[in-house]
Amino acid sequence: MSERERDDHSGTETTGHEWDGIKELDTPLPRWWLWTWYGSIAVAIVYWILMPAWPGITGYTRGLLGQSDRTDLSGELARLETVRGQGLVKLKVASLAEIEKDPQLQAYALQVGQSVFGDNCATCHGSGGGGARGYPNLRDDIWLWGGSLEEIQHTIRVGVRSGNAHARGENQMPAFGRDQMLTAAQIGDLAEYVMALSGRNADAAAVGRARQTFADQCAACHGPAGAGDRGKGAPNLTDGEWLYGAGREAITAQLFNGRNGVMPAWETRFSPETVKALAVYVHANAAGDSGAPVATTAKNVILLSGAAQAR
Amino acid sequence: MTVVIDKLSKKPGGEPESAAAHARKRGDAGGGLYKPRTPIYPKLVHGHWRRIKWALLIATLAIYYVTPWIRWERPGALPDQAVLVDFFGRRFYFFGIQLWPQEVYFITGLLVMGALSLFLVTSLFGRLWCGYACPQTVWTDLYIYVERAFEGDRNARMRLDAAPWSFDKLWRKGGKHAVWLGLAFGTGGAWIFYFRDAPTLLREFWTGQAPITSYISCFLLTATTYVFAGHMREQVCTYMCPWPRIQGAMLDEHSLQVTYRHDRGEPRGAHKKGAGWDGRGDCIDCNACVVACPMGIDIRDGAQLECINCGLCIDACDEIMDRVGRPRGLIAYDTDDAVAARAAKRTPRYPMVRPRTLYYAGALALVSAIMLWGLANRETLDLHVLRDRNPMFIRLHDGAIRNAYTLKIANRGFEPVPVEVRFEGVPGARVSTPGGADGTPVTAVLPPNEVSAIRVFVTVPPGSLGAASQPAGFEVRAAAAAAGARTTFLSDVESAR
Repeated sequence: MSERERDDHSGTETTGHEWDGIKELDTPLPRWWLWTWYGSIAVAIVYWILMPAWPGITGYTRGLLGQSDRTDLSGELARLETVRGQGLVKLKVASLAEIEKDPQLQAYALQVGQSVFGDNCATCHGSGGGGARGYPNLRDDIWLWGGSLEEIQHTIRVGVRSGNAHARGENQMPAFGRDQMLTAAQIGDLAEYVMALSGRNADAAAVGRARQTFADQCAACHGPAGAGDRGKGAPNLTDGEWLYGAGREAITAQLFNGRNGVMPAWETRFSPETVKALAVYVHANAAGDSGAPVATTAKNVILLSGAAQAR
Repeated sequence: MTVVIDKLSKKPGGEPESAAAHARKRGDAGGGLYKPRTPIYPKLVHGHWRRIKWALLIATLAIYYVTPWIRWERPGALPDQAVLVDFFGRRFYFFGIQLWPQEVYFITGLLVMGALSLFLVTSLFGRLWCGYACPQTVWTDLYIYVERAFEGDRNARMRLDAAPWSFDKLWRKGGKHAVWLGLAFGTGGAWIFYFRDAPTLLREFWTGQAPITSYISCFLLTATTYVFAGHMREQVCTYMCPWPRIQGAMLDEHSLQVTYRHDRGEPRGAHKKGAGWDGRGDCIDCNACVVACPMGIDIRDGAQLECINCGLCIDACDEIMDRVGRPRGLIAYDTDDAVAARAAKRTPRYPMVRPRTLYYAGALALVSAIMLWGLANRETLDLHVLRDRNPMFIRLHDGAIRNAYTLKIANRGFEPVPVEVRFEGVPGARVSTPGGADGTPVTAVLPPNEVSAIRVFVTVPPGSLGAASQPAGFEVRAAAAAAGARTTFLSDVESAR
């Protein structure tokens, strides 16, 4: 090995590298650093022996301690089950009204409900329960199947058109257009009639033509005045809430295609306590129930009565 | 008392050399990739600064060990430990002060104050922290004391290290390491008391019921204390600590630091008893300052990175000066400027008020004032409003608009506080809570020392909204305190019209 150059000022050897006249000193590392490094290697080897470390073709080295994240997770989940179990017992014995009255139990039910809602209901109803087109808003005071604690609990249990023996929604909205029950002209007229029902501008002549069609085809479920029927889950057509869209086009599309919402029956998947907690959560976050739709005077009395047509 | 003449580190016929110089030479002489540590055998000195160091050693260790055992009455089930970092309960207790994690800025402020104090002290008096108060210095001092008790002073220790293994060497070395480990364990053991109720933890620790983190922390602190104070010593300061490298920015020619007054000492040389002092310096080259240095440097080489400003060489030199009948203070706390002034036959000046010290003092005063103001005006109630974003608003059957909010109310007091929640900013708005009827006043009793979450629905009847986004606010009122927070009430343009 050739003699290495020494820096004049410090007396330290240089690496022989030079940039623009600046040479790199080859200052030796302190030995404690070396020991620390050896120590780290020793710790790594001990770790390999004790803990799962090296991947192989069909598996991996398990390590002497038998540590496994998967086993840890199962243990944690089992522990969670027991923790939840204590609270759920209270939910089981209390009635829905009692749960809502007891602040502590209500808070617990709301926690459980929120978690279950987020995992199962939010997909359709939105994480805040605000609903979406085709999926009812659970935060307002308008309910297709009733907004009391018991009614909400029942809907959650049996679902809507879910195939459950007691499922809600044995009545279906027909697809008047797709199934050729009504002509396109009749459907267009009917859409004008529905627009008039909710108090919006509509073609008076079309409304007049559709009056008989509405009475024949729609009134059985939506009521003669279009106020809906909770027993059948028929929405109120005179208010501002539209499950499948508010505009003329959306109403025409719904008359043509007759979409019917489906909700699973959750009683097969959730324990009764979970359903209770969920019902309390949904009820607590809703704005109450404005009540079953009643046949109030339609807002477009003149249009609907035909007075405008006669004029 | 023998005169401190270091024969062992002196090569025959050669100049005496410091341990650091020795290490440099060994490393440079083809020592390879790794530089071995050259052992330092600091000799015991007696004197003014050594006494101060002993006193500070006892005082700082006492503070460290006693603090977690001080009790401080707090209401309810709150811990009665005066200083406690309660990770589990997410609180920091310091006598009458209780801080929440959200108020971590007080800790930040304390650290800033600590840094600024360090800057100020360093610019005035040099590295006093390093020399007297730094845990590394204090514990190393303590460890050297133990070492000295078992193995004797410098010369005895060097002889023992050079001697072959014998029973005498074995028990001295073994005893030293045993006491070191005991001290290290005491250090680690005291540390964990700051994080959990001390009497309870003491019992738990010995019955195997303490949390695993306590055992791990105790083990780590034991290991680092033993390694740092027993084996690493000056290497921690020289290689690992950033402060010696930063201090250069705080020091200037007016900063006091341990200084060899070369104007008085040079030319140095051995002095025969009875010989005159004319034409020579006061330094008799006895090496007393070098062998006393725990950092292994020769202070006569000037200010150095390694120097921790502990002043032990001052005591060592003063002792020699007394003996040879020259005035004390050949090595002293002095400034570069003063030494230069004396060399030039001017009167040395020691200006304490300099732009640098003024900046540091000013910044320190400002941060302290802000901290005091913050502590004095700390609210017991704190309100944060989270408005629901999904859905942003809900239209009810009659056209009324409802917004939902989650109120996070912190009650920093120690008593339950009954409060009423008010909403303002939108006329006709009615408030309610989950499951409650609209328009009933929203009240709650906030549990002490906790953050409570309250869901509040605000319903506004149709026609009373002026804009799609309307500024609004919540106010939480208690008998003695109140807290407010701004928010908005959202609707769509159609309803707002």
